[in-house]
Amino acid sequence: MKRFARLFTALDQTTKTNAKVAALAAYLQEAPEADRLWTVALLSGRRPKRTVTSTLLREWAAERAGLPLWLFEESYPIVGDLAETIALILPEGGGSDDRPLAEWIAVIQALPKMDEVERKATILAAWDGQGPVERFVFNKLMTGGFRMGVSQKLMTRALAQATGIDEPDLAHRLMGDWTPQTTTWEALIVAHDPSADLSRPYPFYLAYQLDAGPEELGAPEDWAAEYKWDGIRGQLVLRGGEHHVWSRGEELMTDRFPELAVTRDFVPPGTVIDGELLAWEEGADAPMSFNALQKRIGRKTVPKALLRDAPVVIRAYDLLEWNGEDIRARPFDDRRALLDAALADLPPECPIRPSPLLTFETWDALAALRAESRERQAEGVMLKRRASPYLSGRKKGDWWKWKVDPLMIDAVMIYAQQGHGRRANLFTDFTFAVRDGEALVPFTKAYSGLTDAEFRKITAWVRKNTLERYGPVRQVKPVHVFEIAFEGIQKSPRHKSGVALRFPRMSRWRLDKPAEEANTLDDLKDMLAAYG
Amino acid sequence: MASNPVLTVTDKGIYCPAGDFFIDPWRPVDRALITHGHADHARAGHARYLATRAAAPVMRHRLGDIRLEEIEYGEVRTIGDAEVSYHPAGHVPGSAQVRVEVNGEVWVVSGDYKTEADGLSEPFEPVRCHAFVTECTFGLPIFKWDPQAEVIADINAWWAANQAAGRVSVLGAYALGKAQRILANIDASQGPILTHGAVESTNDVLRGQGIALPETIRVTPETKPKDHPGALVLATPSALGTPWMRRFGAASSAFASGWMRMRGVRRRRSADRGFVMSDHADWDGLNAAIRETGAETVLVTHGYTSIFRRWLEEQGYDARIVETEYEGESLEGQGEGEEAA
Ligand SMILES: [Zn+2]
Ligand SMILES: [Zn+2]
Repeated sequence: MKRFARLFTALDQTTKTNAKVAALAAYLQEAPEADRLWTVALLSGRRPKRTVTSTLLREWAAERAGLPLWLFEESYPIVGDLAETIALILPEGGGSDDRPLAEWIAVIQALPKMDEVERKATILAAWDGQGPVERFVFNKLMTGGFRMGVSQKLMTRALAQATGIDEPDLAHRLMGDWTPQTTTWEALIVAHDPSADLSRPYPFYLAYQLDAGPEELGAPEDWAAEYKWDGIRGQLVLRGGEHHVWSRGEELMTDRFPELAVTRDFVPPGTVIDGELLAWEEGADAPMSFNALQKRIGRKTVPKALLRDAPVVIRAYDLLEWNGEDIRARPFDDRRALLDAALADLPPECPIRPSPLLTFETWDALAALRAESRERQAEGVMLKRRASPYLSGRKKGDWWKWKVDPLMIDAVMIYAQQGHGRRANLFTDFTFAVRDGEALVPFTKAYSGLTDAEFRKITAWVRKNTLERYGPVRQVKPVHVFEIAFEGIQKSPRHKSGVALRFPRMSRWRLDKPAEEANTLDDLKDMLAAYG
Repeated sequence: MASNPVLTVTDKGIYCPAGDFFIDPWRPVDRALITHGHADHARAGHARYLATRAAAPVMRHRLGDIRLEEIEYGEVRTIGDAEVSYHPAGHVPGSAQVRVEVNGEVWVVSGDYKTEADGLSEPFEPVRCHAFVTECTFGLPIFKWDPQAEVIADINAWWAANQAAGRVSVLGAYALGKAQRILANIDASQGPILTHGAVESTNDVLRGQGIALPETIRVTPETKPKDHPGALVLATPSALGTPWMRRFGAASSAFASGWMRMRGVRRRRSADRGFVMSDHADWDGLNAAIRETGAETVLVTHGYTSIFRRWLEEQGYDARIVETEYEGESLEGQGEGEEAA
């Protein structure tokens, strides 16, 4: 694995895209085919599953390092990464074991079949035989969280350089339900015929965030708009009498949404729909909250009660394949007209609903519709250029998401905790409270949104104003007020305050505001009533 | 321990009642014993200073016209009822541990220290004591330094690779200590070495006191990188990624710090390379140093104090935390080595 470790180091050591692509392209030409295939798999999100519990790994690593477990546990949050903490804490290894990447992955995949004694012996032997970088990579693969700082897009570019095959063509070849165990380098990359695979989805087109208003996009009549739904992006692939549902992360979700199986009875084969999976009660005029859908996400098989309580539909917004023909190059207006025609006569028991286009003649009119997003359980509006083809990946220009402004609340900081990594020596993780009479009720944590200078300033303050220490957590004087921005609010019995926020962050340090003027629990409850 | 401890901590700093002096105080006091010239230890505003002869020039350079008395390593001074001596800390040139003895009880304040000899600073010497006040900036077992020779070889190789690619190499290192440590050890025959003004001012001071450093060229607004092909530029950490760097074109940037041991820090620092090099002791260094003092009581200052205290307690020491306002090796450019903001 030394060659792969060198590649990993080379990618890790540069921030320059061209240098990354060059290093990866060279590796994809030189490495053994099995290792190349695994590298492409890893960089397209096909990581091996976690095969050992992290609890055991921590115990074994601490034991090998001759340290008490609590010291390992204290170090871990500071490093912020289990695989790295283990690699850093172990005694220097010999680095004499240079099995290729594919063989190490085979070792990792064999771990679940071993009993615990054998598993431990295998892992300790692996650690002892590896150098520091290989050890880190091995741990990453074993814990299922391997990332290399190279996007699938850059990997595809490097692969194109290494093989001489066109980038979009490669992107399509790499889609779908393959793993290095089910294919070979030759079959997947060199001699591949995408149409042979009935389940293969198309690469998703992703929108950019529109920060200023839409005025700079030109004439409103060149643009189609619809609400931006807060669900799971998905592709419904109907071919040869089968149906497959793919997530944006190229995960096959077919079994998680069994209600979509009936679409085979209503939509002809040779159809691929791009849309949003949403929990939607029959007859309701808006989807259920993301919370309801979330209950469905983690489950491979869905119990009946949940199917009844959170039924899922796909809100269709684009048509990528029709009559077996790839129509992505046609203008959005044409694809959309075909989609509407295809869905026009569907009965209500077929869970596909077109995502309605918004009617607007001016940008102001669209802004007014956008302002209603929250009431419709939407996150804002999507803008799509009427003449645009369906591109792949995140490309600027034709699709924009114009989100609603975040919700805000002024809260009092009551606990502080040190960050990790770059911010290991700063207090960056804070707990915030709202007032409830004389009491302060904690309701959210936030750890981003301030500048480095502000984090330094608050760190110095925390050091001098600690009331109490609870392990790594410090209770501080309830003095400072921060404006907390967030995207949504939900009921949560697990929290003392009864609410949970989506994406909370510190948007402003309200040095102008005393703690007595922070918002109250009642304010928070009003927000829950309005937007929850 | 006696009911009157040799040293206590007040809101101004570490204080010796028997001698009526402070060690590295953070608020203005009458008499300050200073371990070394970094901004978080040697602050402005004290009436009288005491530091080693080797630390004095940098302190005068940084703090201006101060009333500063000099002391040799190992020399014993009596201050009030206390006997005081300074011993090498191996942190930066002139850095010292301060030994304080009152009625036969010995306390040592480490200041900042590292145990590996760096070829520039006076090498660390363990001092036997009853109580040891130690820093623990890197007091976690994840912090282990490779031998200096290996890190220097990596820096030389990075420089050479950049030269081969026609790129300037810009290396961020603290203006006092780290920059000169690198200068004193790298292969200066590889090419020209340019320096940021803050680094070069410290170089001037150290050269003036007889420390040999290879030839360097100060970067000024007139400096044209074209005239110095294949150059290595030694910059302050805070100059990395600022407009100051633009003059060097598509340069490769690197940062030398103990924090570079963590991948997350290396990546978020957004320099091309991170060299793991610190002027503070690593985990093994801290533990060895503490062991060699023979102290029963250990007081821990800046760093991962609560974790390190618990560890020491399990090793059988009477260990406590001392809250100070030292900053240690900062990543943000306002810690030691940078002029205080
Ligand atoms: Zn220092
Ligand atoms: Zn310090």
